[in-house]
Amino acid sequence: MELLRFFTAGNVDDGKSTLIGRLLFDSNSISTDIIDTLTKQSKAKAENADIDLALLTDGLRAEREQGITIDVAYKYFVTDKRKYIIADTPGHAQYTRNMFTGASNTDLAIILIDARNGITDQTKRHSIISSILGIPHVLICINKMDLKNYDQAVFESIRKDYLAFAQPLGLKKISFIPVSALTGENVVNKSDNFSWYTEETLFDFLENVEIPQEEANNETRFQVQYVIRPQTQELHDYRGYAGALLSGKIQKGDKVRVFPIDALTTVEKIEKFESEVESAEAGEPIILHLSDDLDISRGSTFVLDNELPETANEIDATICWMDNKPFQKGQKLLFQQNSFRAKAAIKSIEGKIDIHTLDSTEETDEIHLNEFCKVNIKTAELVCFDSYAKNRKTGAFILINENTNNTVAAGVIN
Amino acid sequence: MKDYLDQLEAEAIYIMREVAGQFERPALLFSGGKDSICLIHLALKAFRPGKFPFPLVHIDTGHNFQEALDYRDALAEQIGEKLIVRKVEDTIRERKLVDGKGKFPSRNGLQTYTLLDTIEEFEFDACIGGARRDEEKARAKERIFSVRDEFGQWDPKKQRPELWNIYNGKIDKGENVRVFPISNWTELDVWNYIKRENIALPSIYFTHERECILTPQGQLMNTNEFVTIEPEDVVVKRNVRYRTVGDMTCTAAVESTAYTVDDIIKEIKETKISERGATRMDDTLSEAAMEDRKKGGYF
Repeated sequence: MELLRFFTAGNVDDGKSTLIGRLLFDSNSISTDIIDTLTKQSKAKAENADIDLALLTDGLRAEREQGITIDVAYKYFVTDKRKYIIADTPGHAQYTRNMFTGASNTDLAIILIDARNGITDQTKRHSIISSILGIPHVLICINKMDLKNYDQAVFESIRKDYLAFAQPLGLKKISFIPVSALTGENVVNKSDNFSWYTEETLFDFLENVEIPQEEANNETRFQVQYVIRPQTQELHDYRGYAGALLSGKIQKGDKVRVFPIDALTTVEKIEKFESEVESAEAGEPIILHLSDDLDISRGSTFVLDNELPETANEIDATICWMDNKPFQKGQKLLFQQNSFRAKAAIKSIEGKIDIHTLDSTEETDEIHLNEFCKVNIKTAELVCFDSYAKNRKTGAFILINENTNNTVAAGVIN
Repeated sequence: MKDYLDQLEAEAIYIMREVAGQFERPALLFSGGKDSICLIHLALKAFRPGKFPFPLVHIDTGHNFQEALDYRDALAEQIGEKLIVRKVEDTIRERKLVDGKGKFPSRNGLQTYTLLDTIEEFEFDACIGGARRDEEKARAKERIFSVRDEFGQWDPKKQRPELWNIYNGKIDKGENVRVFPISNWTELDVWNYIKRENIALPSIYFTHERECILTPQGQLMNTNEFVTIEPEDVVVKRNVRYRTVGDMTCTAAVESTAYTVDDIIKEIKETKISERGATRMDDTLSEAAMEDRKKGGYF
């Protein structure tokens, strides 16, 4: 069985939570006791109300009170073919950081558009974020088609507008489906009202969409998470480097270069779950043994000698500021890329990105919550990386405020 | 790596190794229940041939199923890892707390005191637990690295952004992080994994005859020394199994004919009631019961 991670974005009024509720409901993924609770809650709001499917995903008291999604909610459903992990992300501009969080490691974006409104600022923001995060596939769900008499012309016109808007974003793949989340039409089941639409329903789309295997096809990258040294009598000299193979493949006997020390050595042994294996592929948790005794610790990166990454003390990146307090010049930060951490500082802010137009402003000194900026970051140690466009595993990082310990920004290396 | 169980397993191992790499004094909370048994299995895969970089810690409510306790001790012994047990009973005595009251006197709330005392006693900076996001809607909102203040409180409005697979476990002294490596697993995923890995479980997970009180809501509550049986109670003998193994006084059994893991998987696929809905009295108290308990330091 395969695993598909996707996120949903859209304004609360676009019916996003309803759409997810509908997907879970019509695919029989909701239990009867939960339906009972929902019925009670919906009735409490209005006597003759149908089940309010949005209540399924709004898990916090404040969200139910305000009727909006504030934080990412994770939902799961399963078919015979696939397990799905849904990150239901908030639509409001003030919760952009939460959307960025939920979207970061997904394979597919589902962006909702209200058929009555067409493309809005929200749509633009969500699409630009998807583009910054390099989401492999964007699906535009044009919702509330029931309120537009299922008119094909409405669908076609929004589609045309969207393609024109998205053209400069460089999204890898875009698809469109007209739905009504409220009635469920084209979500799981087809409907006569959409006789002009002959392609897949949302559910069939999810079942059949290609799951990209980007990591498997990328250059080989391994990072040490933890050094295993049992120091027992039998395993006196055992020294294994535990970590996940971030991308590519690795084989026993491979010549690898180790950063930041920049030393060449050989993979002597690969272990997985206490057995020796000949090779490993992207994603596998392994323990590597090298033929030389080198100064290697948590955060060290191993690469194949003929696939060298970039190494530098200065990085150009696009970041999203996530802290309530604005960035202040001279702020002491930590740069974290997977398990690698180094002291860092933002040296210059080359410009803010208008998240609705992708335009860049001029140099500035400040960054506020939810703003996207192009920045130059200086690190105290040599960072070994790839551009995010090339490798999502080694091109992504977070910035931590050394004083408050908070994650204050997330970034992708340009 | 295309299989979903391999991916979930890899994610959980990655998270455990991050705990080992980022914290000085972590612990793994182990109850003898199926989720924490899976955590131990994953820790073996993450750290062998080395020792675990953390002890196993059980917060014993005193309302446990003997089968789960026996299993707990046997497993700790078999894998040769350190087990720390701290009892809610002792906390009640030392702190002069009032024990659970009523017909089903649960110690689920009192557990939090013992947990926080234990964290303080050993200065644990991270506690790995087997909570899953599919269990409950407040849990569905919690991060994998969930930072708690010195009172153990979860503040849903101050959660750190958690992106890609980059985990920020930096904290100040006195704070701690609850870490949930199997956040993205569902009940069915856990059982599929138990099946694939051939993991042994305590016998109460499989069907057995048991005397129970059939509550007016239709739940089957085990009769035991902590539960008062009153004349109007309907006491029945049924073939049951447990879907979760918590405090005996608030964990209900479900009728079952499942002798094997395969039987259980079949039953779960057919059942229409959620895991916590079927078995937990404590969550049905109010709509935000779990959110409130977590804000108070609960696991």
